[in-house]
Amino acid sequence: MPETKDPDDDGVQIDLISGERMSGMTSMEKIRMILDGVHEGNIVILEEGLSPDEESRLIEVTMTEISPDGFNGIEIETYPRAKTNDSSFLDRLMGKESANKLTVIGPANQIETLHKDETLISALVSRR
Amino acid sequence: MGLINGLKASISRARDRLFADDEQKRIGIYGPPNAGKTTLANRIARDWTGDAVGPESHIPHETRRARRKEDVEIKRNGKSVTIDIVDTPGVTTKVDYEEFTEFDMEKEDAVRRSREATEGVAEAMHWLREDVDGVIYVLDSTEDPFTQVNTMLIGIIESRDLPVLIFANKIDLDDSTQQRIRNAFPQHETVPLSALEGDNMDEVYDKIAEYFG
Repeated sequence: MPETKDPDDDGVQIDLISGERMSGMTSMEKIRMILDGVHEGNIVILEEGLSPDEESRLIEVTMTEISPDGFNGIEIETYPRAKTNDSSFLDRLMGKESANKLTVIGPANQIETLHKDETLISALVSRR
Repeated sequence: MGLINGLKASISRARDRLFADDEQKRIGIYGPPNAGKTTLANRIARDWTGDAVGPESHIPHETRRARRKEDVEIKRNGKSVTIDIVDTPGVTTKVDYEEFTEFDMEKEDAVRRSREATEGVAEAMHWLREDVDGVIYVLDSTEDPFTQVNTMLIGIIESRDLPVLIFANKIDLDDSTQQRIRNAFPQHETVPLSALEGDNMDEVYDKIAEYFG
């Protein structure tokens, strides 16, 4: 993350990452950036989300970093993929599957989903 | 992924699938913790092989290693379908050992269980990416299906073009509602069942034979 918050400040830092910034990163760079932010207690919002394969690896890497009395994982929220947004066969053949869905990720002990359906995600963010 | 690499990977996947038709398929049983995956795996294994797959429990993350039961031969309408079933640890994005201490577990045991649970989830994700040919996705029909883990896992399964059946489990319970699951994932077939009571298992086996045979 480019900026870090003052440790004495009891607010919650929110990083909104543009699709443009993510487009030049490899999968592991994206995952590292997300988890580094979450480890610092930040809420990370991705304009264009992750691909299914990246989501799968994010879960896997998150699991390896969980420790008792420390980091206990992430809360992540996205909308379900709409059927009409399915990428074409050609796109998938070319590995150009579009993610394009707003994604919110935060430390599991600081973010709690209050409600979720196809069109609305409501979450409560708390300080540590 | 570069264009050439993407093309190569897609051709390789298509080729594998084309030539794998005669091979025995590995069907992964996936879902969130406590959906009844092991109860279902045991029900299927006992019905067709006489053996169980693993221990069942109401404590989350009882299954912390993927377990494969090979050569499960399911007979339907004069034909037989032979599959391997893979019971996987429940997938989650967070594990807190304190969750286990609520089940009268000592801290040391709870910490060990949580560490094994995280390894199990990572293992389940690896199996999903590399080693299964189809998925049975088990949901507790008394719970809200609109969770992030369900959304993500169904998305991951769809992106890999794996055949998937959704099982709405625990229909024997009073507050079970299958329709909520159908509404959440209308693009997939949902089969209601109670793995514990053995309710609707005929349809379960018909669908397994149809989808994975």
